[in-house]
Amino acid sequence: MPAPIDEATVRHIAHLARLKLSDDEVHRYTQQLVAILEYVQQLNRLNVDGVEPTAHALPIVNVLRPDEPREPLGAEKALANAPQKAAGFFALPKVLDQEGA
Amino acid sequence: MSNLTIRPIIGMETHVQLATRTKMFCGCPVEFGAEPNSRVCPVCLGLPGALPVINRRAVDLAIRMGLALNCRIATFSKWDRKSYYYPDLPKNYQISQYDLPIAAEGHFELPPRDAGEPRRVRIRRAHLEEDAGKNLHEGLDHTRVDLNRAGTPLLEIVTEPDLASADEAFAFASELQRLAVWLGVSEGVMQKGQMRFEPNVNVAITFGGVEYRTPIAEIKNLNSFRAIRNAIAYEIDRQVGEWRRDHDYTLEKCGKLNLGWDDDRGVTEFQRSKEEAHDYRYFPDPDLVPVTISAEQIDAIRSEIGELPLARQERLRMQLALTDVDAATLTADRATSDLLAAAIAVGGDPKTLCKQFISFWSAQANARSTTIAGLGVSAPRLAELANLTRDGTISATAAATVAQKMLDVPAAPREIAAAAGLLQVRDEAATREWVEQAVAANPQAVRDAKENPRKRQAAAGFLRGQVMKISGGKANPKLVGELIERRLAEP
Amino acid sequence: MTDEQSARQIAQDVAARKRSAESVVANALDRLHAADNAYQLLVALDADGTLARARDVDRRIAAGQRIGPLAGVPVAIKDNICTSFLPTTCASRILDGFRPPYDAHVVEKLRAAGAVIVAKTNLDEFAMGSSTENSALRPTRNPWDPQRVPGGSSGGSAVAVAARAVPIALGSDTGGSIRQPASLCGVCGLKPTYGRVSRYGLVAFASSLDQVGPFATDVHDLALVLSVIAGHDARDSTAVDEPLPDYAAELDRPPGKLRIGRVREHFAEGLDPPVAAAVDAAFETFRSLGAEIVDLSLPHAPYAVACYYLICTAEASSNLARYDGVHYGYRTPRPADYVDVYAASRAEGFGPEVKRRIMLGTFALSSGYHDAYYLRALRVRTLIKNDFLGAFRSCDLILGPTTPTAAFRLGEKTEDPLAMYLADIYTVSANLAGIPALSIPCGFTPDGLPIGMQLAGPLFAEARLLQAAAAYQSRTTWHTRAPASNRS
Repeated sequence: MPAPIDEATVRHIAHLARLKLSDDEVHRYTQQLVAILEYVQQLNRLNVDGVEPTAHALPIVNVLRPDEPREPLGAEKALANAPQKAAGFFALPKVLDQEGA
Repeated sequence: MSNLTIRPIIGMETHVQLATRTKMFCGCPVEFGAEPNSRVCPVCLGLPGALPVINRRAVDLAIRMGLALNCRIATFSKWDRKSYYYPDLPKNYQISQYDLPIAAEGHFELPPRDAGEPRRVRIRRAHLEEDAGKNLHEGLDHTRVDLNRAGTPLLEIVTEPDLASADEAFAFASELQRLAVWLGVSEGVMQKGQMRFEPNVNVAITFGGVEYRTPIAEIKNLNSFRAIRNAIAYEIDRQVGEWRRDHDYTLEKCGKLNLGWDDDRGVTEFQRSKEEAHDYRYFPDPDLVPVTISAEQIDAIRSEIGELPLARQERLRMQLALTDVDAATLTADRATSDLLAAAIAVGGDPKTLCKQFISFWSAQANARSTTIAGLGVSAPRLAELANLTRDGTISATAAATVAQKMLDVPAAPREIAAAAGLLQVRDEAATREWVEQAVAANPQAVRDAKENPRKRQAAAGFLRGQVMKISGGKANPKLVGELIERRLAEP
Repeated sequence: MTDEQSARQIAQDVAARKRSAESVVANALDRLHAADNAYQLLVALDADGTLARARDVDRRIAAGQRIGPLAGVPVAIKDNICTSFLPTTCASRILDGFRPPYDAHVVEKLRAAGAVIVAKTNLDEFAMGSSTENSALRPTRNPWDPQRVPGGSSGGSAVAVAARAVPIALGSDTGGSIRQPASLCGVCGLKPTYGRVSRYGLVAFASSLDQVGPFATDVHDLALVLSVIAGHDARDSTAVDEPLPDYAAELDRPPGKLRIGRVREHFAEGLDPPVAAAVDAAFETFRSLGAEIVDLSLPHAPYAVACYYLICTAEASSNLARYDGVHYGYRTPRPADYVDVYAASRAEGFGPEVKRRIMLGTFALSSGYHDAYYLRALRVRTLIKNDFLGAFRSCDLILGPTTPTAAFRLGEKTEDPLAMYLADIYTVSANLAGIPALSIPCGFTPDGLPIGMQLAGPLFAEARLLQAAAAYQSRTTWHTRAPASNRS
């Protein structure tokens, strides 16, 4: 089991989660996450070799829908809650890297 | 450096937009060029509380493509979330398939070149996912987002690095596009971004008995075949050039890179190193349940596939003694190729049909930005026109004129030709027979013509009309006139 | 609650035009105002719009239209369930003023049945918490002792029913968020089988665990509401197409001879003695009703909280990624650049507990930790599920405490997240296993705080659960007690 979390890891995780944390918050979250992760380490006491993971509560499969169009919302409703819009688009400060943040 | 050899190593990732009416996980219509943000709903907007439901048609099309690529179809396939933040991705995760793709471990054969063997490209996997929307930055001081495309079904096809040159990558891409369109899996319109290619390129360089590998470059988002060829050729040269400098430009030292292709300047551009790649945090999407695919389902879909374009191309080439190029033209799309087969089946002359397909039918289709099948001319009419030409009933030039008129007039080609005076019946024996019938049936007119100079012209005209009537319009009027004159000159 | 204020009696009266929906709803609005002043349970209320919707119901009845089983019944809805006619904020700054363009499936169902949605109730932000103190607005107070928490996360809905402001309310339950506040507020609350009720329009916290369910003062009203909101929905892939019993009608049938499981692990350390005593007394009541008590073990129960907090935070970190200040919701006023739109909006828009859980979940899914944390938790989930499968071979239902203690004081656990998580120790297992469970009152502490007991059953055994609970309530009066200032 990897060692529990330090401040550098917390900063990395905060970046992955797009949370801008103050130094104070980094410090506090590190302490709290260390405590929580120590608690969850109890799962290491269990032998789970060969145990299938359960990602869904029910073992259901094959829920599919027919390829039939439904009325879309339309632009006005789609943009109704947008914090910033321009010419029928969602708008935000210019994205500089063009491939993925 | 006479002992230097270079061997390009190229793999391809292709995003194929599936030909569904609606999006992958919601009922919004898939529509190119609609008003921005108008083809969206709570699901594809990623609104709180909205939930995805799988489009059955997308799954069927993915299986169809997987089978055509000789893949193993997963009996159990699931959905995973791929997390990254970007404005065109409203949930900030993309629903995709991570460890259990719908299809895997296939291969695709490219047509032989220069009388060589067919080349086999291994397919690593093909998985379903949803497309992102579009970010617009150009000419703006801010970024705009249109989510109409968000949620469009994509099949991502990943090859092993089996392509050995820019030309081979070009051939692969165009053959894959033909296959996808042939199967009805995609409309495959490059200009609409319905096929997007990302080649992975590096070079194995052998020098002084040592093999060097240049860094693997992923060239993002190419959407024309020409760009694929040019970008890869440029990138091979660039990598070899970089390596020549100090032999340090290697995969071990430089890792993987992401590049963009500037089509105007004809150069690849560095985007960012893959070392700082995303941590996508894949995990099973709890909102979607797995898909199981039975052997019966696979058989049913397999039975819809039929003959693949390359096989049909080869068969036509052999059976009709066509050139490679002509055979390829006749199998460019399935509906046209099927139409040709149907026209042959109803008795159309194969050689003439092929000739006419390649010449004026293609031209008509191109002029109307459609395929030959898209012109909507039925197989029997195509066959009739071909046979009229083969029989010499109309000339090859007249056939092109008739073809043009066939697009506007529902009449039979022969009638169209007749109305336009393009028929060429010059069978003297038959015509003489019709003349004799007319003469026998109209003794008074014959007498008038022979004995009364004042009535001669009118009587001859009457007889010509009778002959045309008896021939059912098939007689050549000029020949009829000549034969009547000759007959009246007899004693 | 007197019988005349039960949902079933209101519906009967309104349908028979003995009372108007408008008068019932006007009365509920008055009570909600009073309760809100005392306990701060509301997020949104629109009196004019609500009365107009009540008059619509009256018009439908006057026009002779068929009206559903909840005619004129005022219902309060947890504010993480989408309503197009009232804002939906999840008690979060990041969704301040957000107005969904659509109604949740359960909202459509309630309205079709004649119910009138009267208010949106307070919750722990995004349903993350066990005390309703994590609301970005203000904490809600327990009507039995306003210095204490009502539980959570569906605290506002539990209090709305406990204070007798409305006969029924909806909550959501991811790890106990209906049952725990029901227990702490002395009302009945049901978490249905996963997939029994559509989640379409429930703002996701942890998608594989979330279920919508009802609060009511007695089991009959729980059954009535469940019949209305349960069933297949093509918009939720996990809302199964299972036969749907008429739960209210099922209550009239005796449950038969029940075998009721008593789980050894439930009575280990940490359980407050008055709670243990009240639950033991409930076993005796069931014995007197002819039930057989079966001693059993759920060996992995002690691991449930650890397993739960890894899975629910992992899913939450992904579900809450969409709140980014780009497409809707809060955006930081002066972003430095586009990355700041994301990182600052989220940092300012989410409260500390939500951020903590996003951090934990992101960590559990991140490269290098995924297998050791997230994947291991999924495997332990299988063990927990299998424990229940085994247990239900030897018993029909499992009875135990809902919570280890009665309501705790405001602020008592806010500085210690782990202590707060352990308030869910008896409830999270049902969510991990997907099984239905309900909490009903079974006694009071010496301080006069309500104690709840939990009944859990196999998948889709809601009818059996409700029958057993109704049998218990036919012998006991705990559920009829209301907090002093709200007795009617």
